[in-house]
Amino acid sequence: MSLPLESATATLRTKNLRAWYGKRLAISEIDIAVRGREITAIIGPSGCGKSTLLRCLNRIHETVSGAYAQGEVLLDGENVYKREIDVIALRRRVGMVFQRPSPFPTMSIAENVLAGPRYAGLRLGRLHEKEVLERALRDAALWNEVKDGLRRPAVTLSGGQQQRLCIARALAMRPAVLLMDEPTGSLDPLSTLQIEDLVTALAHRYAVVVVTHNLQQAARIADQTIFMLADEFGAGHVIEAGSADHIFTRPTDRRTEDYVSGRFG
Amino acid sequence: MTPFGLRRRRFVGALGQVITALCASLAAGTLVVILLYVFMQGVHALNPAFVTQLPRPVGMAGGGVANGILGSIVIVGIAALLAVPMGVLVGVYLAFYGRGPFPEGIRYLGEVLSGVPSIAIGLFAYTLLVQPLGHFSAFSASVAFAMLMLPLVIRTSDEALRAVPVSVREGALALGIPTYAAVTHVVLPAARPLITTGVLLAVARITGETAPLLFTAFGSQFWEYNPFNPMAELSLQIFTYAISPYTEWHEQAWAGALVLIAAVFVLNVLARISLRGARR
Repeated sequence: MSLPLESATATLRTKNLRAWYGKRLAISEIDIAVRGREITAIIGPSGCGKSTLLRCLNRIHETVSGAYAQGEVLLDGENVYKREIDVIALRRRVGMVFQRPSPFPTMSIAENVLAGPRYAGLRLGRLHEKEVLERALRDAALWNEVKDGLRRPAVTLSGGQQQRLCIARALAMRPAVLLMDEPTGSLDPLSTLQIEDLVTALAHRYAVVVVTHNLQQAARIADQTIFMLADEFGAGHVIEAGSADHIFTRPTDRRTEDYVSGRFG
Repeated sequence: MTPFGLRRRRFVGALGQVITALCASLAAGTLVVILLYVFMQGVHALNPAFVTQLPRPVGMAGGGVANGILGSIVIVGIAALLAVPMGVLVGVYLAFYGRGPFPEGIRYLGEVLSGVPSIAIGLFAYTLLVQPLGHFSAFSASVAFAMLMLPLVIRTSDEALRAVPVSVREGALALGIPTYAAVTHVVLPAARPLITTGVLLAVARITGETAPLLFTAFGSQFWEYNPFNPMAELSLQIFTYAISPYTEWHEQAWAGALVLIAAVFVLNVLARISLRGARR
């Protein structure tokens, strides 16, 4: 297997997706559609299941002990929860960035970016590796800051740089979809703006799904916004989905209006 | 006006501070006294010959415990080769699949094993390896030592792997790296400094053990390189010399103790250095 030269974007749909942590139902009856080359933002108060939903899309949810999901997630029409699916291959197509920047602590900047291709068993060859490395770092808007110190330990970077490194690391696998779980949740305002600009640029080539606490952020960058809320048993539901304009200025559901106007959450 | 009971509270507080400080000084002071005493007793007999020569017969001056030092290195080395890979693998199992009755049982058994007296483990190695083979051997001592090390290595590996942030592990899995590669290339390297510290402390812990050696390694007066033969060992030599009736052997026992303490001290310093690497 080699890496595709251009990443091809993809669409994601869920059908009656439900996820549990042990006996606790965390999200219920989730039906959403994510289009390619667009940014989909998932908003909602803490505990509404937005991260769980995101984590079901690349099946990282089930790596938590006792966690599982049912229903369908269709990546370009193919259900990623069907029995014969190769989870490893799925995760190569659906990249993910977490809230806390998590560079691999013992590795250099270059090793971090190339960790995916190397340890996922793609043998790139040195020349191709160099190309993949530069391209991923350029795409993550980090190249100019690190090009003279690619062998430095990744942990010496600032928080915002570490997060862009994690984005580069995900991009090195040429995914079709990029999932971001509160990617600016632990960053300062300037780094947050850099990441937002970057995400907007990435949406020209990928389908991007961003979970965010920050309503302004969703309003600024999202093409589609999904509002989630937990019911009285703690299970998250999708209340409303639509364009940012629709959700933030003329929502149809009363609860959406209450949330976006800051009455709770 | 002072509030009710304030004076009494202050007094009790000060008393508590004094008592705990006294206990702390007593504990630390005992260690210092032991070290000084061993140093003073052992330093006369300590000379280059002591660490390079074989023991001499009783009544002849000089000679050393070089074969015992070599034996310690061989026996502890083989024990580490047996216990470290296995202990780390058990640690990986516990850290990654560590929920449910079976892993909890393993954890509990590990704790029980670490509480078994070393002499009982020595007897077990005797029954397992010495009796069937018909003679004492360094290897049987290594097996006993490995069993003493194993619970320590398991616990430190388990804890070190758990200390690696979940986000690092998930970051690797989210890239489509298979679990085994995520463990070997990402999580284990991140945990390595802490595991190294634990292994060094476990080695330091068994280096001073004597009881299991009595009926496994047995001791020897000669150079011995074959681990399937009886072999000299430093702490065993100290024991033999110390209970002997000869003054020159007593002096050599003190010198041996000094060498042993120095070795354990070096191991502890190395463990600290490795730990500093982990904190960076």
